[in-house]
Amino acid sequence: MEDLYAKKAWELIAMLRGREVSAREVLQSVLRRIEEVEGDVHSYITLTEGEAEQAASRADEALAGGRDPGTAAGVPLAVKDVLCTRGVPTTCGSRMLEGFVPVYDATVIGRLREAGMTMMGKANMDEFAMGSSTENSAFGPTRNPWDLDRVPGGSSGGSAASVAAGEAIWALGSDTGGSIRQPASFCGLVGLKPTYGLVSRYGLVAFASSLDQVGPIARDVRDCALLLSLIAGYDPRDSTSLQVKVADYLEALEGDIRGLRVGVPGELMQEGLTPGVRANVENALRLFAELGAEVEETTLPHLDYALSAYYILAPAEASSNLARYDGVRYGLRVEGEDMLEMYGRTRAAGFGAEVKRRIMLGTYALSAGYYEAYYGQAQKVRTLILGDFRRAFERFDVLVSPTSPTPAFALGEKVEDPLAMYLSDVCTIPVNLAGIPAVSIPCGLEDGLPVGLQIMGKALGEAELLRVARVMEEALGFRERPRVARGEA
Amino acid sequence: MGGYEAVIGLEIHAELRTRSKMFCSCDASFGGEPNAKTCPVCLGLPGVLPVLNRRAVELAIRLALALECEIAPRCIFHRKNYFYPDMPKNYQISQYDLPLAVRGHLDLEMEEGPFRVGITRVHLEEDTGKTVHVSESGRIHGSEYSLEDFNRAGVPLLEIVTEPDIRTPEQARLFMQELKNIMEHLDVSDCKMEEGSLRCDANISLRPRGSQDYGVKTEIKNMNSFRALYRALDYEISRQREIMENGGEIVQETRHWDADANTTTPLRTKEYAYDYRYFPEPDLVPLEPERALIEEVRASLPELPAQRRRRFREQYGLPDHDAWLLTSSKSMGDYFEEAVAKGPDPKAVSNWMMGELSAYLNARGMEIGEIKATPSQLADMVSLVEEGVISGKIAKTVFEEMLETGKDARAVIADKDLTQISDEEELAAVIAETIAENPKSVEDFRRGKEKAVSFLVGQVMKKTRGRANPQLVNELLLRELREGG
Ligand SMILES: [Zn+2]
Repeated sequence: MEDLYAKKAWELIAMLRGREVSAREVLQSVLRRIEEVEGDVHSYITLTEGEAEQAASRADEALAGGRDPGTAAGVPLAVKDVLCTRGVPTTCGSRMLEGFVPVYDATVIGRLREAGMTMMGKANMDEFAMGSSTENSAFGPTRNPWDLDRVPGGSSGGSAASVAAGEAIWALGSDTGGSIRQPASFCGLVGLKPTYGLVSRYGLVAFASSLDQVGPIARDVRDCALLLSLIAGYDPRDSTSLQVKVADYLEALEGDIRGLRVGVPGELMQEGLTPGVRANVENALRLFAELGAEVEETTLPHLDYALSAYYILAPAEASSNLARYDGVRYGLRVEGEDMLEMYGRTRAAGFGAEVKRRIMLGTYALSAGYYEAYYGQAQKVRTLILGDFRRAFERFDVLVSPTSPTPAFALGEKVEDPLAMYLSDVCTIPVNLAGIPAVSIPCGLEDGLPVGLQIMGKALGEAELLRVARVMEEALGFRERPRVARGEA
Repeated sequence: MGGYEAVIGLEIHAELRTRSKMFCSCDASFGGEPNAKTCPVCLGLPGVLPVLNRRAVELAIRLALALECEIAPRCIFHRKNYFYPDMPKNYQISQYDLPLAVRGHLDLEMEEGPFRVGITRVHLEEDTGKTVHVSESGRIHGSEYSLEDFNRAGVPLLEIVTEPDIRTPEQARLFMQELKNIMEHLDVSDCKMEEGSLRCDANISLRPRGSQDYGVKTEIKNMNSFRALYRALDYEISRQREIMENGGEIVQETRHWDADANTTTPLRTKEYAYDYRYFPEPDLVPLEPERALIEEVRASLPELPAQRRRRFREQYGLPDHDAWLLTSSKSMGDYFEEAVAKGPDPKAVSNWMMGELSAYLNARGMEIGEIKATPSQLADMVSLVEEGVISGKIAKTVFEEMLETGKDARAVIADKDLTQISDEEELAAVIAETIAENPKSVEDFRRGKEKAVSFLVGQVMKKTRGRANPQLVNELLLRELREGG
């Protein structure tokens, strides 16, 4: 029998309800796996075994008493360490917040607690979600379970690696420019970035407020749909949260894609793709057609400027969002002769190089005399990109591209070259700028490393998006599993 | 002033009277143990988000409408970025190029005539906390450490910016008094300058009289009372004039009013040369006040000082001067109307309030709300004068005692035995005595000097410690003198 830690959430939920296994057994299996591989993978910043054991016991008691333990009960979940968890340290992968313990739960955490969540731990990440490799964590990098010499992607690298390695069944990540989809792609998983406003941001430590979304990372589309249904929905604490009725994502999975109009933006299939990525994506496009979809190349001309606009807007918001880390009220403080010196020393010691780089970029872009040329211009580009997508979705139901131009790259490969690192998100960033949903599903391997297919949908079109992803997942039949070992090369 | 005139614009901050703070549900009332009125949102903890207080928007619209402003159909919030430890997020949520309301005005009257002050804009923002420097002097320099109290952090603030339409410190003071008056009538703010719920900064420059150009301006901060506003502007005008008359140049800078030293001093450059890097607040959606809401607020506006002033003239027949003074604050007008409702002559009540009562308040620096005598007690006293129970002169003594003790007029009169003597027999004896003691005056009268009577009346009043009914004394004296002659 397959180890419990390797099962999908929906399988475990059925087994728990059928009393085939107990929540404690599932947890024990995952804990043993953590013992085996965590030393190599380093998915977690903080493990919460104690809390998980209590949650598992509660689930078992409820099940034994014939009560509903909650949908998420007994299925160990990794939570990206950017979500506030009451009583559990929340670091955002930064020295700045070392030892910071939130006094409140993020809305998504509160909802999952209601659903009986078994939180396994707080997953590693690039500092303040800035990065594409999880190498920017102050607590050391996470390694890719498919090849320990490679990165798991980022910034939700810990979340993705934990699910891929069997250290959690599913995970929460956050996505500002691809931070759920790209690590899901690098780790052979399904990751969904919801429509901006579908999932509450309350308690998600802000990187770039107008782009950030919380979303699921899981082993298949069904788990993704299930986890999304548990966290989605209007939250009065988040003014940007949308007042819409949440669709039944599980029910929506049924059906086919006959007649589906699929657009392939040429801008996302340009140079820079590795041969394996190109081949796997083209194979997927052939499958779309075989299943009765109409596949057509299209153009979203302003996507060529998406990366530039993103690297103005996101750092600008970040420079302001991260101003609160000053040593006055919480987190790290390095004393100085006076207030300004304390600010300077605290921020110099607390933030890593990439965070500092983006704070400087953003501060500059917002400065008097430069605002129009940078921030103002980038906002205009964003509006144009939104227009491109709106027009495209008049003709197409979904748009398809690679999730990342390459499979997982080697640890250290891009650390010294921020621009090369930024290019890793070239296919995912436009989605955040437009606020639309997108999912990454595995579509094959290149040299033993997973390749991700990105499917983009209309705003609030998650139900259709997940159905398309489920149909394609089945057709692609990706069943590979990581070995959790070093690569051959 | 010589050949120069001052050009003054004001920037006012008023804390709105809402139950909860601007972006969270914390108690927004003044006071409390430090940091007792805080939560993750107003402490700026990681991950929190602001949610706009609808009541604050309504109150802001209320004031904006009272100032005849146009309410923007769509306005947005901006982040104003700067580091200061009393600001938990190190940015303030404020408004920038799309404020809630623009283009209003306030009409005022002075003895020289009416004048209008344009309102450039009215916008919403959040207040900051308070830093306490722990040192012997309480100043930042030399302090060992500082403490932060975030009870005020996130309290809704209204910013009101005027056009540079003010020309004298007196006009500035009058504007502020009237603005406070309006806000009190609207019940939108506590308007306590000493508690910081109403603050005012001024921009001021001089220019040759008749010129339409603007000179280099300075910004004056830290004026914590109407008096401070007047004195600071008065000082700044003479400072700038002196520089200009000596051929010097005014430096554009922010200056701090030092009430003890009676001067303004420049703030260090570092403290104000911020680049605030304003950008649209991504955590809030644009605010689009619905027409219906605006009309609802407009319909619910109470009587404002200008309307009340007009009514006081028409309903009570008061002269302009009285109407202005009695409507100079909401509590003053309320006091007057409560007293008049008891039936005494409105003009008589007005006279007492403008005379004795105002003098009493001014001498003690008190507000009308702080005195012990109630409006109905004043009304009773005025009625006692009208009925002749006490003389006007005695009434002054009585009223003073009432203000001090809060006793009824009748009680004071009884305690001090101050009832007016209107008994003819009782007065006849005193008059006889007076005539006997003043043969020279009697002689003068008989030789045709009518004025001598006044002297004799005075003597009778003196003998009765003012209690005698002066008119009756006058009558009786004349009769006695004529008959006796
Ligand atoms: Zn609060």
